[in-house]
Amino acid sequence: MDARALAALAANPGCRRRALLDGAGVDKGALAQALGAPANFGQSQFAHQRGNSFEARVKADGGADLVRLLHERLRDGSEPSGPGAVATPDLTASGPQGRTARTALALREATEAGRWALLDHPMVSLDVAGSSAFLEPDAVVVHPDGSWTVIEIKSFPMVDGSADPAKVGAAARQSAVYTLALERVASMIGEPDEDGGGTTDPAGAAETAGKAARGPVRARVRHQVLLVCPKDFSNLPTAELVDVRKQLAVTRRQLDRLTRIEEIAAALPEGTTFDLRLTDDGRIPTRPVGELTAAVDAVDAAYAPECLSTCELAAHCRIRSRAAGRVEALGRGVRGELGGLTTVDAVLTAAMNGPADGAPTGDPAVDALRRAAALRAEALAARPEAVACR
Amino acid sequence: MSLITTLARMEAVREGRAQPLTTVRHRHLSPRPLAFVPLTTAGEAGAPLGALVGTDRDAPRLLIVAQPRDRDLRFAFLAELAEEIQPYLDSYADEVDLEERKETDPETGKKVPVQVELCADAPQLLVPSTAGVAFVRLLGRSMRFRRTAEQDPETPFPAPARVPLLGRWLTHYGERSRVPGSCLLLSLTELLSRHWATGQSNLEDQHLGSLLAWIDPPEGAPGAEAALRAESERDGDGLLRCPPAGPSTDPAFDNKLLAPAMSRYDAARTEASQGVAGGAARLRLAETELRGLIASQLRPTWDALWHGVDLLRSLPEGARVADRWKRDRWSYTGHRDRVRAGEPPQPKLDDAVTAAQKLAARETAQAQLDAHEALDDPLVMAGRRLAGEAFAGEVTDVEMAWSDAKVPRPRPLVTIRTEDRPHLAERVKLHRVTADGRAQSGEFAGLADLDGADGADEADGDHGADVVEGPGDTDGLGDTDALSHAHGPGRALVVRLTGGMGRGKEPEPGTVPEKGDLVCWTLFEHAPRGGPELPDVESTPWTHGGPPDAAAPAQGPQPDPMTEEDHL
Repeated sequence: MDARALAALAANPGCRRRALLDGAGVDKGALAQALGAPANFGQSQFAHQRGNSFEARVKADGGADLVRLLHERLRDGSEPSGPGAVATPDLTASGPQGRTARTALALREATEAGRWALLDHPMVSLDVAGSSAFLEPDAVVVHPDGSWTVIEIKSFPMVDGSADPAKVGAAARQSAVYTLALERVASMIGEPDEDGGGTTDPAGAAETAGKAARGPVRARVRHQVLLVCPKDFSNLPTAELVDVRKQLAVTRRQLDRLTRIEEIAAALPEGTTFDLRLTDDGRIPTRPVGELTAAVDAVDAAYAPECLSTCELAAHCRIRSRAAGRVEALGRGVRGELGGLTTVDAVLTAAMNGPADGAPTGDPAVDALRRAAALRAEALAARPEAVACR
Repeated sequence: MSLITTLARMEAVREGRAQPLTTVRHRHLSPRPLAFVPLTTAGEAGAPLGALVGTDRDAPRLLIVAQPRDRDLRFAFLAELAEEIQPYLDSYADEVDLEERKETDPETGKKVPVQVELCADAPQLLVPSTAGVAFVRLLGRSMRFRRTAEQDPETPFPAPARVPLLGRWLTHYGERSRVPGSCLLLSLTELLSRHWATGQSNLEDQHLGSLLAWIDPPEGAPGAEAALRAESERDGDGLLRCPPAGPSTDPAFDNKLLAPAMSRYDAARTEASQGVAGGAARLRLAETELRGLIASQLRPTWDALWHGVDLLRSLPEGARVADRWKRDRWSYTGHRDRVRAGEPPQPKLDDAVTAAQKLAARETAQAQLDAHEALDDPLVMAGRRLAGEAFAGEVTDVEMAWSDAKVPRPRPLVTIRTEDRPHLAERVKLHRVTADGRAQSGEFAGLADLDGADGADEADGDHGADVVEGPGDTDGLGDTDALSHAHGPGRALVVRLTGGMGRGKEPEPGTVPEKGDLVCWTLFEHAPRGGPELPDVESTPWTHGGPPDAAAPAQGPQPDPMTEEDHL
């Protein structure tokens, strides 16, 4: 599960289906394919190449460029880093657990060293609904004062200092997940001193740096991430600090709210499986579609049209949601005015089959619907020439 | 989404086809619009891949960039685009009407009428989707600061002649499209979803193919099914049958067809430049292949766009659409004048004063659009009535009365029976349009009893005793419990007419509704004006940067720096 998936999961915490499948590590794309409702996802190789080449360019020369950009944006009056002042610890290790441990060690050393350090593609883990997810931020910079900043490198442009708000929002949600995971690492590394919680003044930082040799230092994760994008129409990097406190709070709350996967799994019928293996001839899946569909339907989904852009299984959920006539299929906000009416049929029945005298029913949602239906019918009937919309 | 729209969407679900949201067309459609269907390279800002452009639906011009990373090819594309669009934009510049406008005379300081030119019509750009509108803005931004060799002989990579000019026009059109109700640059998805409610969500309506499938489903297929097919049906090679309306392409198309074809093109180009035998022929072949591929992605969207235009043209135009189009003509004329006067391109960022002005203008335009649409269209008015912002009904009683002023003015009391539930309070201002199209104002005077003669008597008594007795009656208004108790669905509201009756003591004939007339009063103004005027530039408050510094050198916008490899 990557940070993007986690952010999407956090955006729809009520979806047990997604929580279970993600938690169990099921390939939702392949599952959707097997169910006959594949998602329209995919990345163009042009975008991929562009993203990679831009990231490589940004990280060239040992991260000095990145640290310079970060320092410029901070505007805290501190000394800029001199040439060769950025440490780039080696993070290679085998397996995600190994890399996570290596990253934690490198972070600890860099924090104690009290100088700039760039961690290129570190790995951190986060506990999601009872199982571990390993995440790989683009980079993390350790400041001389021992604080850490998440770096997010994106290849969409920042034109005249502003970028597509939807894309910036997605990047912020994704970075918030990294920040959250890093906070766990930070809490394990640095136990706060008894005398003072989270001072950020330079004196405190200097003191901390001074103590580095003697005892555990205070590591903290900054709640502003650095978003690095191409400037205007060039391939020169530019950056802005993005405050992710709100996204962080939302993600933290949503992840806490996630029903624990064991509970969801416990409610499943015995023997439920999402096995997608193919039989020996490599063509026919082991499980017939009907069985898979039943397995997927055994877990509730909370489908809304927003899912279409974030979840591979959304096309399947949409079919089921529409077949059940659920009003959310028309948009999340639709429910608001409809009171206890949850299906399209119920709404239409309530709207059209009122008592002849139009007496109020006592249900404000039903009364408003009847009024709306009557007004709509009146206006449509008054059309000069009923225009055929075909 | 209002309740009445939600209901329309659910009706669409039941019927399997889109349902009307309006009874007339609320946007101007030019008889000769220019359609522009662009495609962009994935992951690249402002690196176009190709486009279909033109005013003739049967003969669009296909423009492609065979290798989007090549600056020369991109410039060639932009030059061709300018060649196609600029003459269209210019073709409306010279046919003008003369309009009279008041301007302050610099010598006397008096307002004097002057004759100014207003273009008789304006060019209209149509794109498939809102992403297309954003792309037009982006193209404008990427082009308007380029320098041609003529402007600046020193410039390292001179742009073709018309490119910066087209950039300014596209910027103007992109900026204008942010004004509610403006029609210089329109996207088909916005146009269609304004006029029809589909059985899917707003998000899904952003897909032009699926939107059209709901509005005009193929014979025998329900809208939902047709929409799903338009959205996701793939052929044997895994390619979408209905390619996305752009400007971004289908990743499967990029990976399976476009990327290999581009590599072949690159290889042929290298060969041709090295003078390998047959290289030039292979280059032409590779380019033809790319043209075919890009056209295959563009053509369905091009046809869908015109299909949408046909659907929209089948709706009669709203009565006030021409008024709003006139503002678009002013906007076009204004930009034409700025270009002719040799003003520099629009700045990268608006200064605070300009931004405040734009914001105020857009707010006014939104209020005006809302009012216009409701007045033009009973179906839109139905939504406002449901929201408690208007009410309609039959006049059950009219009683003449006069104001207490020294010269008494007519203030007739009109009783209207309605089932609507407007949010009224004492002396709320009301507005309506009379049968001959003039505006009339009124104010809410109170509730009347519904039971025929009694009601009239009471209204009589009300007025006779004291005009201001209304408040007691209206206390409980808006509170549905108090209103819905005994009388069933209908209520009788008394409106005191306060204007629109001429200047005499007796109202002019035809200005006061008669018993049995159907009237519709609104709580919103019909010609909303903007807020107070903004201060002069010289007295700009410090919050907005203070007055401009006259000593500071006027700095024209700098062109974007060019890097050696530019993109990638």
